[in-house]
This record gives sequence, C-alpha cells and structure tokens, in this order.
Amino acid sequence: MQYWNKTMETMERQELGRYQLKQLRELVERVYTKVPFYRDKMQAAGLLPQDIQSLDDISRLPFTTKQDMRDNYPYGLFAVPPRDIVRIHASSGTTGKATVVGYTKKDLGIWSEVMARTLTAAGVSDKSYIQVAYGYGLFTGGLGIHYGAELVGASVIPVSSGNTGRQINLMTDFGTTALACTPSYALHIAESMREMGIDPKATQLRVGIFGAEPWTEAMRRQIEEELSIKAVDIYGLSEIIGPGVASECPAQQGLHLSEDHFYPEIIDPLSGEVLPPGSKGELVITTLTKEGMPMLRYRTRDLTQLDYSPCTCGRTLVRMAKVMGRSDDMLIIRGVNVFPSQVESVLLEMGQTTPHYQLIVERSGHLDILTVLVEVNEASFSDEVRRLEELERKIAAQLASVLKVSAKVKLVGPKTLQRSEGKAQRVIDKRNLTQEA
Amino acid sequence: MIIQQISVFLENRPGTLAEVLEVLGEREVNIRAMSVADTADFGIVRFVVNRPAAVETLLRDAGFTVKSNQVLSLALHDQPGSLLRQVKRLGEAGINVEYFYAFAGGQADARIVFKVDDIERAAGMLGEEAAEVPEVYW
Repeated sequence: MQYWNKTMETMERQELGRYQLKQLRELVERVYTKVPFYRDKMQAAGLLPQDIQSLDDISRLPFTTKQDMRDNYPYGLFAVPPRDIVRIHASSGTTGKATVVGYTKKDLGIWSEVMARTLTAAGVSDKSYIQVAYGYGLFTGGLGIHYGAELVGASVIPVSSGNTGRQINLMTDFGTTALACTPSYALHIAESMREMGIDPKATQLRVGIFGAEPWTEAMRRQIEEELSIKAVDIYGLSEIIGPGVASECPAQQGLHLSEDHFYPEIIDPLSGEVLPPGSKGELVITTLTKEGMPMLRYRTRDLTQLDYSPCTCGRTLVRMAKVMGRSDDMLIIRGVNVFPSQVESVLLEMGQTTPHYQLIVERSGHLDILTVLVEVNEASFSDEVRRLEELERKIAAQLASVLKVSAKVKLVGPKTLQRSEGKAQRVIDKRNLTQEA
Repeated sequence: MIIQQISVFLENRPGTLAEVLEVLGEREVNIRAMSVADTADFGIVRFVVNRPAAVETLLRDAGFTVKSNQVLSLALHDQPGSLLRQVKRLGEAGINVEYFYAFAGGQADARIVFKVDDIERAAGMLGEEAAEVPEVYW
C-alpha cells in the first residue's frame, strides 16, 4: 500500500483527536484576534476562545457561509497581512458574486501535501505522466493538481481544459498515464476518441482523477469501461483549499478526508444541528491549519455521510461517501426530497438513453408536477410509437421507485438539452415559491 | 418486396418536421412515401426514399436520431378488395401488422408499406402476387 504521509494518514484516532484539538484551539484564538468578522460572531454567541475545551465544543462556534464570503468581498476574511498572501483564487461566481480565497506560502504547502496524498492513493507516482485537464487560472482545479503532482514527482502535462482533439493527440503522443479532469469531461473525451477512431485501450492511460462535480457510481462504471481506466473520485472546494480535501483509496469505499487539516461535521441542512456519526447530511468543514483565510465551520452545501470504521487500505482518516447532491440543489416535491443525481443514476443504470436530462417542476393547483426530460438515443429509438412509449413508462416506473415520487417522463431529441463545460443546469423550478414564504 | 424504411425522432415543437425535410431538400432527396406517427410528446416520421443508406447517414450527420429498418412494400391492383385479400392472408398466418401506410399512385396500382412482426415469412407469402406489378420506388 502506498501512502504519501504514512504518519498522518494512518495515525491512531485518539492521537489524531488530540492533534486536532490542539490545532482547533490555536485556530480559534487566531481568528478571534485577527478576523473581526469571527470575533463579532463569537462575541454575539457569547463565546471566548478559551471556551473551546474539547472537539465537541466546535458545535458552539458559528457557521461560515458563501454569503459571508460575499459580504466580506474581497479580502475581509483574510487573517494575515496582504504581504503574506502569495496566491489568490476565486470561485466562478456562477451563483452570485465571486468568492475570493487567499493562500500563504504555508497554505500552498498544505495544499500540495494533501494533493500529493490524493495522487499517491490514486496510484500516481514519480513514474507517471499526468495530464491536467482541469482549468488553470482563478479556478483551483488546475493549479491544485499541478502542484501536488510536482511534489509527487510525476511528469506534469498542464493542458488545462478544452480543445479536446488536442488533448487526445497529446495523450497518445506523450504517453499520458493519468488524466485529471471533471468526470463529465472524461466522458466527452471518450466520445471524441471514438469519433477520432482512437481506441482508449491502445493508449497508456491507466487512471483518472475526477472531481469538481457530483457524479454517481453508474457514471464511474461507464467512464472506467469507456476509457478502460480506474476512475478515482476526489473532493475539494476553493473555500477550504481546492482539490485535495478528500480522495479515494484503491478500496473505492469512500473518500479519505485529510482530517489533520480539515475537521468535518455532518449537520441537518435545515436545522443546522450536528447529526450523529453515519448520518446523511450537509458536510461542514473547519480548516485546522490554514493561515491565509481560515474557515470556521464552513457550510459546503454538499450532502454526504461519514464513515469512521477502519478501511482495508490501512488509512485511519474518516471516509466521506461520494457527494450525493447539494443541499441547495435539493428539490422538495410533494414533501419528498429529490436530487438530480438520483435521476442521473437511474438513466445510467438503464443505459437506454443519454445521461443528459433536465428536471422541470411545476405547480398545478396545490400539486407539484415533476417532468423529467430525457434525450433519446439511437440505440433506444424505435420506429414504433408503442416502443418509445414503453421506454417512457419504463423510465417513469424506475424513477418512481428510486425517487419515491412519480414523475412524467418526456423523451426529447438528442443534443437538445443544454450542454455546459461547467455546471449543467439540471433543474428548472417553475413553482412560484416566493408566494408561500 | 422488402425495402429499407428510414425513421426519424421528432420532438413535439413547431418546425421539427421542416428541419428534417430541409436536410433532405438540400440534397435533393425525393421522398416516395411517408407517414408521421405522433403522441402528445413526440413524433416519429417514417419514409421511403431511394438510396436509404445514404439518407440515413445524411440525417445522422445533421444530428437527428435515425433508425433504418425493414418494411414490406406491396404494389397492389388499385381495385376494391385487393388490400383485404393480402391483409387476410397475413392475419390467417398469424403475422401481426404493427403499422402501415398506403397511397395510390400511377394509373392502375396502389402501394402499401407494411411493418409486420415476421417480415421474411410475410414477404414469402405475398411476394408472388406483388411481383406482377412494376416497382416504382427506385
């Protein structure tokens, strides 16, 4: 078994807890003195740094949200003087004003360290050729993987995203063994390879390091089959550090979260209450070691669960389940929680349509109507109406059993649903919910 | 005789049929027979053309979902009762007709396109009678 940092990755959990508490107390002391935003929030909660006596006391600390970052745009949450910030990144700002994050030299070291763990667990070594097809720039994906890969000693091919034909040519010419990009881009690359008449099995590609968007087990199987590789899930977000927060080991039974740097909690997204171990809920992370822009209890909006049981790989770090969806992407339809990812997984399991879909929610009287648009593909298309209607019924029945709420399925033409290089808009909610608020 | 029929998936929104026909028109493809099946959500347009394989590729390249499959084409004497005789024979042989479309063309004959569940057997049964009349599709 390969580890990048065996001491930290396999540390006995009690010892890890002591280490985390020490880091947490230093962190709280630091943000209390250096970040007025946190001092105000703690004072409002009647809380002093010395009140944090145990790890459980973390639940007394205030949450930080994306809105807090916007309100303090651009540098209001920085905890060090500007000269100590050596790198600035920002989120895309697709859902509002961009959120800005800053790193000190030490922070960049932490980032490279956790990315090196991620890559090592995925089987990347100093013998690998890794093609980084995540975007470079303000987005943390490209540079995050890049620095981690250099620390591991791999040969890095920094292509950035886009220009798929060139990606594929470089991949074959340079003998790329590892590909890092979003999982949907990996499928697009596979599709393009077929169109170019290139057999993925004939390339040197062995592993894919995929993240930056939620994806399902079914999608993993499809990527592994189409590209003939092992597909590894990684997790991260710029607010915490970027990619490298958590990553899969060869057991593929959840993503080991680097708890010595990032302290995770699972909360009920509605009440904010901390849930018992093993519960499904929203992931909240406190950055234990970051200097530039530390985060107290950052609400990631990502829904997952944590598994503290020992892993066959020997790592003792907690495993988070594949992200099941976003708490802000969750639809409540006739009282039932529905996630777009559930629809994706049904479609991929059935394999008779494309994985492109859209959910439309409307309200008729007091009843929510869910319509799922699904692109028909050539394999399932028939010249007989009843066969297509059968397909609609079959998808609807499968969706009903998975979603626990009925949905109307509507077949649409291929490539008619919006494609996006970033995050696809999967949900159109036409209910006028403001009336009820 | 057995011929290739091209089917195209049509989304139920204005202009989709025109999009298909435009592709064919630009390449001077002449449609010899055509039918549209529709539901509330989508339609399937099926047609008979010359050079069906080329037309299939043409439409696929234009981004449509296309299917090519075998159907049975019969040319009948354009007289009362001639279709009935054929359909009765299929029914008595236990062959199911999935759908059909028909048109009268020329002077003395009519043509009908059948989708059946056992095309080889149906063609064998009906071929003799159908063969008398000249082919007009290609």
